[in-house]
Amino acid sequence: MTRTLLQQELTEVQEEMMVMAEMVASAIERSIRALKERDVELARQIIADDMKVNEKRYGIEDRCLEIIATQQPMASDLRTIISVLYIIVDLERMGDHAEGIAKLAILLADEPPLKPYIDIPRMAQVAIAMLRDAVEAFRRRDPQMAREVSNRDDEVDALYDQVYRELLTFMLQDPRTIQRATWLTWVAHNLERIADRATNICERVVYLVEGRIQEMNVSKY
Amino acid sequence: MVSQEAPGPSVQVPVPRVEREALRPPSEEEAVIEVRGLSAWYGPFRAVKGIDLRVPRRRITAIIGPSGSGKSTLIRCLNRMHELVPGARVEGQVLFEGQDIYAPGVDPVEVRSRIGMVFQKPNPFPKSIFENVAFGLRINGYRGNLREAVERSLRAAALWDEVRDKLGQNALRLSGGQQQRLCIARAIAVEPEVVLMDEPCSALDPIATLKIEDLMRELSERYTIVIVTHNMQQAARVSDYTAVLMMDEDRAGYLVEFGPTREVFTNPRDPRTEAYITGRIG
Repeated sequence: MTRTLLQQELTEVQEEMMVMAEMVASAIERSIRALKERDVELARQIIADDMKVNEKRYGIEDRCLEIIATQQPMASDLRTIISVLYIIVDLERMGDHAEGIAKLAILLADEPPLKPYIDIPRMAQVAIAMLRDAVEAFRRRDPQMAREVSNRDDEVDALYDQVYRELLTFMLQDPRTIQRATWLTWVAHNLERIADRATNICERVVYLVEGRIQEMNVSKY
Repeated sequence: MVSQEAPGPSVQVPVPRVEREALRPPSEEEAVIEVRGLSAWYGPFRAVKGIDLRVPRRRITAIIGPSGSGKSTLIRCLNRMHELVPGARVEGQVLFEGQDIYAPGVDPVEVRSRIGMVFQKPNPFPKSIFENVAFGLRINGYRGNLREAVERSLRAAALWDEVRDKLGQNALRLSGGQQQRLCIARAIAVEPEVVLMDEPCSALDPIATLKIEDLMRELSERYTIVIVTHNMQQAARVSDYTAVLMMDEDRAGYLVEFGPTREVFTNPRDPRTEAYITGRIG
């Protein structure tokens, strides 16, 4: 096979993207743990770690630009690079949402617990699985898998509705809960955004394999 | 996925721009060849002037620039090929492993055996494939196993599998790309430290070109390679470092920029380099 250097660089940049995706998935997981366990130390760590995610993104972007400038990628090679460039932006923003949850976890740790967390961790579980599966669909170049992953956004949206309704009830019944309930709505909102961005990655998988941009599962939020 | 942003906390932090890793030109120790204040003439015409350049060891250095900017002249000065043209002369120094190859008493033939060259047009001798590779070894009085040395060189030049069954065949019957790899095998048979390549792919089709480029990558693990190319994309693809030459008003070539290839092609320091690689001049 010719063009071994290009192949190697393409492989490396995709591996870097997978590493970044795992950094973000772990940040989301830990942010929910920090929330549930009222672990301020862990939350602070997530906020600090977000810097590393951002650095990773710019590192990958740099390498992509270098490949475009020096290797003249064409066709599927070019689509791979462009997809990576878009996906790392989504990943970085997902990292920001995890950081947002960590900040809210710090605020909430100072307040008495409002209620046991059930639906928010479920939302997180689905969103994180969507992220990991979207990246796996990318690795496998599997548009069918990508479409299935993006359909799971409905589940996250439904959970978000549920969380919102429940928190609204708390606020109506007892205005002293408004502050905490609002913060928890924001947590849920961050998770909803994460799932949405996972569907963006799915769109890139379809683009990568089929060469066309197709909007998938438009979120109601 | 366009959706309305619901109200929520600002979750963004200022994003620092990560500095590129510090990349720098090679130091004196890393340079296998160091060019100092080099000028070269053809009779009264000065083709290159005032070149300072360090060629890093076991790396691929590309020399690019518009036609007439002195790329070929410069590379020919690196192994004393330039002086083979009648009326040609050189000023300045070319230090190879710290020794000036233009110092009195230096044998140019010895220089050329340690700094080999591959030319634009494949130029195999009208002899067998085997003899082409063995030639340099024979005239250097090689005492080892000739067959083994030939095989080793052909393998290193990624040609062995294609010619192992026809080593006695006339080299001129090979394809252009194969002939060029044979010339590379011939050049590396005598175990040089540096291989100079003067537009080695300009007579080849795109696939043969990519094969030579892959081969250069492999060879750079053992040899220092300097390649002159009019094909900017090739320089970008294959090299670690890039030197950019331009022509001044007297039509003498001079060095505009030298640096890591990724820097030269993504963020050149000199506006003339920018203009050249973006196709604005040249």
